[in-house]
Amino acid sequence: MDLFANAIVAGILLGAFYAAVAVGLAITFGQLDIVNIAHPAFVIVGSYIAWIVNARLGLDPVLVGVLASPVFFLVGALVYRVYYAAFERTGQESLSGLAFFFGVMFIVEVSLILAYGVDYRSVSAAYIGKSFELGPVGVPLRLLVPFVVAGLMTGGVWLYLSRTFTGRAILAVAQDRLALQLMGADPVRVKQFAFGLAIATTAIAGALLIIIGPVEPSLGRVYIGRAFAIVVLGGMGSIPGMVVAALLLGVVESFVSTFAGPSWAPAVSFGALLVTLAVRPAGLFGRA
Amino acid sequence: MRFAQWCAALAALLLAGAAAAADPIKIGFSMALTGPLGGNGQAALIAMEIWKDDVNKAGGLLGRPVEFVYYDDATSPAKVPGIYTKLLDVDKVDLVVSSYGTNVIAPAMSVVMRKHMAFPALFGLAVNDQFGYDRYFQIMPAGPEPKVDWSRGFFELAAAQNPKPKTVAIIASDSEFALNAAAGARKNAQSLGFQIVYDKTYPPPTTDFTPIVRAIQAENPDVVFVASYPPDSVGMAKAAHEVGLKAKMFGGGMVGLQYASLQKSLGPLLENIINYDFWVPAPTLDFPGVNEFLKKYQAAAKDKKVDPLGHYLPPYAYAYMQVLGQAVEATKSLDQGKLSDYMHENTFKTVVGDVKFGKNGEWATSRMLMVQFRNIKPDDLEQFAHVGSRIVLYPPAFKSGDIVYPYKQ
Repeated sequence: MDLFANAIVAGILLGAFYAAVAVGLAITFGQLDIVNIAHPAFVIVGSYIAWIVNARLGLDPVLVGVLASPVFFLVGALVYRVYYAAFERTGQESLSGLAFFFGVMFIVEVSLILAYGVDYRSVSAAYIGKSFELGPVGVPLRLLVPFVVAGLMTGGVWLYLSRTFTGRAILAVAQDRLALQLMGADPVRVKQFAFGLAIATTAIAGALLIIIGPVEPSLGRVYIGRAFAIVVLGGMGSIPGMVVAALLLGVVESFVSTFAGPSWAPAVSFGALLVTLAVRPAGLFGRA
Repeated sequence: MRFAQWCAALAALLLAGAAAAADPIKIGFSMALTGPLGGNGQAALIAMEIWKDDVNKAGGLLGRPVEFVYYDDATSPAKVPGIYTKLLDVDKVDLVVSSYGTNVIAPAMSVVMRKHMAFPALFGLAVNDQFGYDRYFQIMPAGPEPKVDWSRGFFELAAAQNPKPKTVAIIASDSEFALNAAAGARKNAQSLGFQIVYDKTYPPPTTDFTPIVRAIQAENPDVVFVASYPPDSVGMAKAAHEVGLKAKMFGGGMVGLQYASLQKSLGPLLENIINYDFWVPAPTLDFPGVNEFLKKYQAAAKDKKVDPLGHYLPPYAYAYMQVLGQAVEATKSLDQGKLSDYMHENTFKTVVGDVKFGKNGEWATSRMLMVQFRNIKPDDLEQFAHVGSRIVLYPPAFKSGDIVYPYKQ
């Protein structure tokens, strides 16, 4: 029973972190249909920023992530501008756009290698290494802090998207561009804002990643599959769906690791994705 | 006219002689310069270049300067066969050596075997078990039966405790090296009379190890053997600490706990872990030349963002080049067959002591060290540079201290 409770809690904690990584992609891929395969690479950049400032000034990594997010927002807006000018405007976004983001991913990775080398980097904070017991369940703070921060960030993004004008414009631009223009909003500026917002979340997600474990430049690649799977499973365009999918993935991975053996975890997670899509092609909360 | 002709002939002869003397010996290899093993691959490259500079300063090999031709394989097995094919067919290198790590040495085997090349290899576990290649030479001192020799010390230490522990858990990364290590651990556990209560693998990109450690803890094993690569080793060590693992012995085959950067960041989490190593600063391992080499390495590594201490891979990277160089000089040839025969028949004097290869290319006698981390202070790199933070428990010939048992933090 102990093991069961622990597996669920560990899965939820991990799933929340997966949600933090995937929320930006839920915006760019889920809502704007931009296949930003470089998304996890930006997360790794966020991790490195957190490491540098934490090592030099001793600031808490989450704080660094929050402070860095406006800069990441601007970078995201700039990247979108280039992408729009080069591909979207001319209608070539599907294949050439994808190649563009592959290129961005490699450039980011190699730049990190050139600047910081390939050794693993970690951060230090008061809560890393400690854990507390809630009855039979042990909760490591190293996972609890990312859980809380991820929850706040994802909740904040969702509230923004559903309650503010710009947020709803983002939801609208994917559905009907022309109608949005008629409502007085410039679709390109809206998308640019959305992309910037998505990249801003990677600053924080990166800080969470390096709290959980050590980071090296090519680590982003293992998250590409997971992040896209979570966005698709949750239903393109639905943030609550993405959160549910992320938690589900975390719990399934945790359960399978604990009871059947860790080597089954990816098979079961992606199997769950395939089964869900077969039964409900739009994803869990997707609009059909 | 005759004098001019004579001068021209002499000049041509001198030029030809000079050209032949300047014609470099090319040594080709792929190296894990990026990717999961990149940190150590870069350290190995620095050590190999120190060897190349030392050799060239002393006049080169067979009077010819030595040059390296190498490519980054990014710790990706898929890249390796193409790189070695290019080295041998296009770059036409004279000699080849391997990359660093089981996963990127094994894919090169079919290429080098087809060309009958002598193949000194750097830290691959039991790569030659399935090939049985007679020109493979492994500088890692695993021993004649590498899979089993790898963890023999760990289990023998366990078996020597009183009361003898009864149950063993084995957890391994789902990759070539770890699976080999786990296979050997299984054999050792069974032959020493332990009962295996948990025996599983995990996919390499696992993020969180807490569920795995909890599942292990649920079986209450006395001894936990872990075969993992750097990020997982850190994850396992952290999870063991967070879950409060109650095993009496923990460690065994965790790659990465030998890297200075990870030692510094894990700090006290390493306390009492018993893990493999190949060289630590201990009075019993003070081989001739090793400390001078480490000083050169540490100076070269200073600004290169690689392992600042260089205890793990660099001395052996230097040594496997020494073996190749000494064989070339002794046989006065670059013939792969002659070199291989020489390497099989002779003992080499290197910075890691005497090196003697057995028939399968592995060391004739095992020198796997089992070390225990002790008195580790947080955030202190210097402590690992000195005697005392890693106590050699096994083999008895190199023992530098007594075990602290059971493992607890």
